[in-house]
Amino acid sequence: MSLENFRKETKDWLEANCPQGMRQPIKSEADICWGGRNWTFASEDQKVWLERMAERGWTLPTWPKEYGGGGLSKEEAFVLKEEMKAINARSPLDSFGIWMLGPALLKYGTHEQKLEFLPPIARGEIRWCQGYSEPGAGSDLVSLRTKGVLEGDHYTVNGQKVWTSYADKSDWIFALVRTEADAPKYNGISFLLIDMDQPGVTTKPIKLISGKSPFCETFFDDAKALVKNRVGEAGQGWEIAKYLLSHERAGIVSEAAFGGLNPVTAAHQSGEVDADGKMSDPILRGDVARLTIDGLAFDATMRRVKEEADHGEGVGARASLLKYMGTELNKRRNELNMSALGYDGLLWEGEKESDGEVARSWLRSRANSIEGGTSEINLNIVAKRVLNLPGA
Amino acid sequence: MSFVLNEDEQMLRDSARAFLAESAPVTALRALRDEKSPTGFSSELWSSFAEMGWSGVLVSEDHGGVDMGYAAAGLVLEEMGRTLASSPFLSTSVLAATAFNLAGTDAQKSKWLPRIAAGETVIAIALDERARHNPDHIETRAKKDGNGFVLSGKKRFVNEGAGADLLIVVARMDDDQIGLFMVDPKANGVSREDRRTVDSHVPADFTFDDVKLDGDAFLSGADDSDAAYRRLLDAGRACQAAESLGVAEQAFDDTIAYISEREQFGVPISSFQGLQHRAAHLLGELELARSLVRRALTTLDTQPSQAPLWCVAAKAKATQVSRLAAAEGIQMHGGVGMTDEYDIGLYYKRAQAAGEFLGDDAFNAGEVARMSGY
Repeated sequence: MSLENFRKETKDWLEANCPQGMRQPIKSEADICWGGRNWTFASEDQKVWLERMAERGWTLPTWPKEYGGGGLSKEEAFVLKEEMKAINARSPLDSFGIWMLGPALLKYGTHEQKLEFLPPIARGEIRWCQGYSEPGAGSDLVSLRTKGVLEGDHYTVNGQKVWTSYADKSDWIFALVRTEADAPKYNGISFLLIDMDQPGVTTKPIKLISGKSPFCETFFDDAKALVKNRVGEAGQGWEIAKYLLSHERAGIVSEAAFGGLNPVTAAHQSGEVDADGKMSDPILRGDVARLTIDGLAFDATMRRVKEEADHGEGVGARASLLKYMGTELNKRRNELNMSALGYDGLLWEGEKESDGEVARSWLRSRANSIEGGTSEINLNIVAKRVLNLPGA
Repeated sequence: MSFVLNEDEQMLRDSARAFLAESAPVTALRALRDEKSPTGFSSELWSSFAEMGWSGVLVSEDHGGVDMGYAAAGLVLEEMGRTLASSPFLSTSVLAATAFNLAGTDAQKSKWLPRIAAGETVIAIALDERARHNPDHIETRAKKDGNGFVLSGKKRFVNEGAGADLLIVVARMDDDQIGLFMVDPKANGVSREDRRTVDSHVPADFTFDDVKLDGDAFLSGADDSDAAYRRLLDAGRACQAAESLGVAEQAFDDTIAYISEREQFGVPISSFQGLQHRAAHLLGELELARSLVRRALTTLDTQPSQAPLWCVAAKAKATQVSRLAAAEGIQMHGGVGMTDEYDIGLYYKRAQAAGEFLGDDAFNAGEVARMSGY
C-alpha cells in the first residue's frame, strides 16, 4: 500500500475509532494509561481506546505482528504518529515494557520469550518495572550485589534494588542480578525476568521532594526467577543493560524536549506581560529567549542525529550527550517557569486540582539529570567514547 | 531539507578544507597582520576563490555562477572559519550577491553578478552606524535629487571597506523606507578611514558628504525595498554564523589536540576529569550550534519565508558558542594559550569580531523573543 493510501486509511480509522475523550491534552498523571493487572481505567474511553489500538497492534506500531505489534514500516509509523497528533489523540499506552524491556527482548530474547512476554506488553496486560540501581550501586552500577544462586530450574534471588519506578504498581520486574560469583564484575551479571506476585518480593515507596512517590525500594528474600526467564546468556546482563540504558536515555530526552508548560505561557498566567504581550522583566525575557534558542537547537539536533542514524552513522555514545543536554535544558525550562510565575509558582496545596502542579514538575525535573545516568557520568562517557580521551 | 550533507556538498566541503589548508592557513593571516596588509586580505586568494567556483555560489548560471545556494556558501564559510581565512567572500559573494538577487534590476544584475562570479570585484556592505549592530538605527539619507540622489551620513566598521571597489550603502529614503545604493568609494564627497581590528582585519569608516548618485545607483528591483533589506540581513546572519561555527570547531579541535599531548603529573592532562567535563560540555554546545546553522542555511534555500527565526537563532548560538569554545580553549591551553605563538588566541579574537557583525548573541536573542511574540 502506498504511504498516501496508508495515510488516508489511518486517518479514517482514527476518526472512527478514537473516542472523543481521548482527543484532549493530558491534564494529569491519571490521564496516562500504564496498564497492568491492577490497572484501573480512568474512563471508559481510556479502556476502549487501548483495546482498539492493541487489537490493531498500534500500541507498538513497528513491532512484528506475531509479537502483538503492528508490523508497520518506519515511514508508516511516522504517518500514524502525525495523524494521531493531528486529532490530538493521546497515546493509548505508555510503559517501561514498551520503552525498555521490549527493545531488549526483541534484540536478545528467544522466540519463546518474545511470544510469552511481548503480546501482554502490547495489550497493556502486564506492567513492568526496572531493577537496576542498588543502595551501594548508583553511578557505579556494575558493583551491584543482588545475588542469584542457580538451583535446578530457577535462581534464588536475594538483595535490594532502589529507585525502581512504580514498583508498587508493577506485575513483573526485569532485574540485573549477580549470578556468576567468580566471574569478573562486568561478566557476572544476568538479566532476569522476575514475577513480583510471590512472597519473596516486597516493595516500599520513597517519598520525594515533589511530594510524590514514583520510586520504590524493592526487596528480594529468596525470590524465585526461572532460568527460562533469563534473557541472554548467564553473565551477559551488563551488555543488555547498556543497550537498554540507551533506550532509557532516549526516552528521558524526548520527554525533556516535548514536555509541558513554557515560561512565556507562565508569564501570561501570572500577568507578568505588558499590554503588547512582551514579558515585563527584560532580563527574564532574555533568559527565556536563550532557552528558546537552545530548545530550537536541541530539536534540530535530535532530528539531525536521527537522520545521521538512518545514514548508518549510528547514535552510539552520542545518546549520552543528548541525555545530558536535554535534561539540563528541561531543568532550565522548569526554573524559568517558576520565575515567570513568581509567587504563583509557589502554590503547593489549594482548592484547585492543578494547584502545585508547576512546582511539582519543577521539583521532579531535578531528577532528570540524576536518573538514567547522572550528567557527570554521561559527560564521562562522552569524554571517553566520543572524544576518545584517556582514563578510567 | 536535510541535515546530512549530500554528495555535492561533501565534495565542496572536502575541497574547501583541502584548498584553504594549503592556500589560507592560519600562517597566512599572521603574515597579513605582520606585514600590515593595507586591505587585510589577499587579492591572490580572492582570485583563486573564483577559480574554485565559489565566488558565484549564489549567482545564477545565466550570470556565470554555480547557483548552489546558502547551504553551500555556509560550507565554504565554515571552512574559512577553521583556518581564519580573511577574504571578501561573505561581503561580496554572499551579501552583495544576495542584495542584487533580491533588489537588483535586470540591468544591475547583468552588470554586477557576472563580475562577482568571476572574482573581479570586491563589494562591501556599508550598514552599521553605531558601536553595536542595529538595523533600525539608519540615519544615512538618500534624498531624491532630480533623476538621482544625494547621499549623506556616516558608516562604521564596513568589512573589507579598505579594499572595496564598490560599496552597497544602506540608507533611508524620503519615505523613510530603507534602500540599498551602489556607491563608488572614490567618488567626490566620500571619505574613508581604515580601522585595524583585533582580528587583523581592516574594516573602514566612511563619511558621505552630499555624494551625488545617478538614479541607477538605487537597487530598485524589489517590490518592497525594506523587506529585501531584512532578508539580506537574515541571509548574512546565517552565513556569518557558519563562519563562527568553523572558528568554534577548529578552536575545539586544537584544544583537544593540545590537552592530549600536554603532560603533567606524568600523564596527558586530557585524562583529568576537570578538563574532560569541560570538553564534553563544549562538544554539546557545538552540536547545538551546528544543528541551528545547518537548519538556518537549508531553510533559506528551501523555505525562505520560514528562515528569519532560524537565522537569528543560529547567529545567536554560533556567536555564543564560538566565543565560549575559544575562551575555554585558552583556559585549557594554560599559559601557552596566552602566547602569540599558539593559534588559540587568534581564534578568540576572530570569534569576538565575527560575533559582532550583524548582531551578537544578545541582540539576536532579543530578535528571537520579538519574533516569537514575547
